[in-house]
Amino acid sequence: MQPSQGADLTAHALRSASSHATHAAMPSLTPAELDALRLSLEIALRSVALSLPPAILLGYLLARSRFPGTIALDALVHLPLVLPPVAVGYLLLVSLDSRSAAGGWLLAHFGIQLPFTTGGATLATAVMTFPLMVRAIRLALESVDRGLEAAARTLGAGPMDRFVSITLPLMLPGILAGLLTAFAAGLGQFGAVITFASNVPGVTRTLPLALYTAIQEPGGEAAAMRLAVLSIALGLLGLVLAELLARRVYRLLGR
Amino acid sequence: MLRLSVVKRWRGFELRARLDAPTPGVVALFGRSGCGKTTLVNIISGLLQPDEGRVELDGLVLTDTHERVRIAVERRRIGYVFQDARLFPHLGVLANLRYGLRRAPRDSRSIALDEVLGLLGLEPLLERRPHQLSGGERQRVALGRALLSQPRLLLLDEPLAALDAARREEVLPYLERLRDQLSIPMVFVSHQLDEVLRLATHVGLMEAGEIVASGTLSEVSLRPELRAIVGSEAVGAVLDGTVTRVDAEGGMADVQLGGGVLRVSLQDPRVGARIRVQLLARDIILATEPPRGLSVRNALQGVITELADDVGGAVLVKVNIGSGAAVLSRITRHAMQDLTLRPGMTVWVLVKAVSARGHAYAFMRQALPSR
Repeated sequence: MQPSQGADLTAHALRSASSHATHAAMPSLTPAELDALRLSLEIALRSVALSLPPAILLGYLLARSRFPGTIALDALVHLPLVLPPVAVGYLLLVSLDSRSAAGGWLLAHFGIQLPFTTGGATLATAVMTFPLMVRAIRLALESVDRGLEAAARTLGAGPMDRFVSITLPLMLPGILAGLLTAFAAGLGQFGAVITFASNVPGVTRTLPLALYTAIQEPGGEAAAMRLAVLSIALGLLGLVLAELLARRVYRLLGR
Repeated sequence: MLRLSVVKRWRGFELRARLDAPTPGVVALFGRSGCGKTTLVNIISGLLQPDEGRVELDGLVLTDTHERVRIAVERRRIGYVFQDARLFPHLGVLANLRYGLRRAPRDSRSIALDEVLGLLGLEPLLERRPHQLSGGERQRVALGRALLSQPRLLLLDEPLAALDAARREEVLPYLERLRDQLSIPMVFVSHQLDEVLRLATHVGLMEAGEIVASGTLSEVSLRPELRAIVGSEAVGAVLDGTVTRVDAEGGMADVQLGGGVLRVSLQDPRVGARIRVQLLARDIILATEPPRGLSVRNALQGVITELADDVGGAVLVKVNIGSGAAVLSRITRHAMQDLTLRPGMTVWVLVKAVSARGHAYAFMRQALPSR
């Protein structure tokens, strides 16, 4: 995305989601700020893509299976919600740093280095927002009428067929809600990202990190305000889009 | 033949059921709510596994707990029409109908989409989504969907219970058409006697988790167990007969029932049509001599086979009218004593033609293949 294009898009988004007053207060964004915006969107998007498949699997296990480890698994999944984000970042750093066993293995076999990289920021974001997604998917699954699955069974559909043709489409509103919540929350991840992936301009400096940096710098008030307003606008846009999408899906399902 | 013998303890209640029913045909599982009808149907479908027992359909063992046979639900090819239709809300009517068809083995596809659309009048609904359908339409689509899965057996769990009287009338004729035009065996769950009278060829009477009586509808209609379920006012023999003669001006027909002929008023009667008549015990008068000078049109000669006490000081008299057919008559104890009725006595059964009118059901245009 070219910087000028990005600025146009942002201005357009702001106009539609918010008021002209906000627009007037934000003449233009510096290239560094645009970088932060682009990074935030990219990291949030990649983190939801990364966590969606395991979130569906875990949501399914937690909602449907009754094995003894369910409670422990549930607690483990939800841990990032209650831990200080810095602690999550620290745990990731300790376990995935290139000097650690897992980190060394990743580096040696795949050439993947996570700390100080966009990939690391993505992973930290994914871990932090994972519980939100699992929760939404689990709720969606619990609201699926099992009678419909039984009906599909009597019509000759095996387990995987039923899941793909009946359960998954009926969960779609919940999955979308989970995706959007996780995406929106992903835009704002701070503690875990800065601890695990650090604050490298253009690599891991997302909107909240750029905002934090601006606050720390003398004379950065105007930049901080612009970034804060940008964050608010993004959040609002996300919420409006989520609502519109949910309505469309529900209308399709006739509820 | 559908043969089952199963035990299932389920939510604090025990089901112990044995049933042998001929196929094809419509078996009605009839009983009050909560007697275990749905549990039994779920066991036949495989959605519930019996604790013990065996389910066999036309020689194919579906479940046998001793031989550890258990065919998965999705491979049984048993269609199931649920009380609440259970159409897939994210699919349109056509996609719902095709769901089972697409999953049926190619070599056993004998029921075509066009045939089902015609049979159930579904063409105008194809473009709609399930939430745009009325209750009756929903059940018709569910019925079509189950039929298109090419079932060996069709289970119908009170498909009309959620519908009001008008909607029921909208679906019932379609069920009658299925019975008369397709040779798919059906098991039909109901707690409405009129539905059973219209649809069933065979009945399993259920009470508290057991099948207390089973047989043809005519046989079961004479059983004392039925009274507890339908109430004494609705007790009456059900007879299947054939139209032998139709009045020139129409409306009235002679129906051969057992050894006698009954005059019944029918809509659009045809010679050779099979009809079912319910003769309520309370509507039948007994005479010890051939009646003369009466306006009653129907007098069937018969022999008393049984006298049983009924509620309210009444007596239920069973009269054999020939060819294995019997009717029930409810009379007072005084009348029985005055006429000195006893088993073995010859009597005349008087039925006013109009009293049979409201109870002429199951106007089958042709005999069932099994009969």
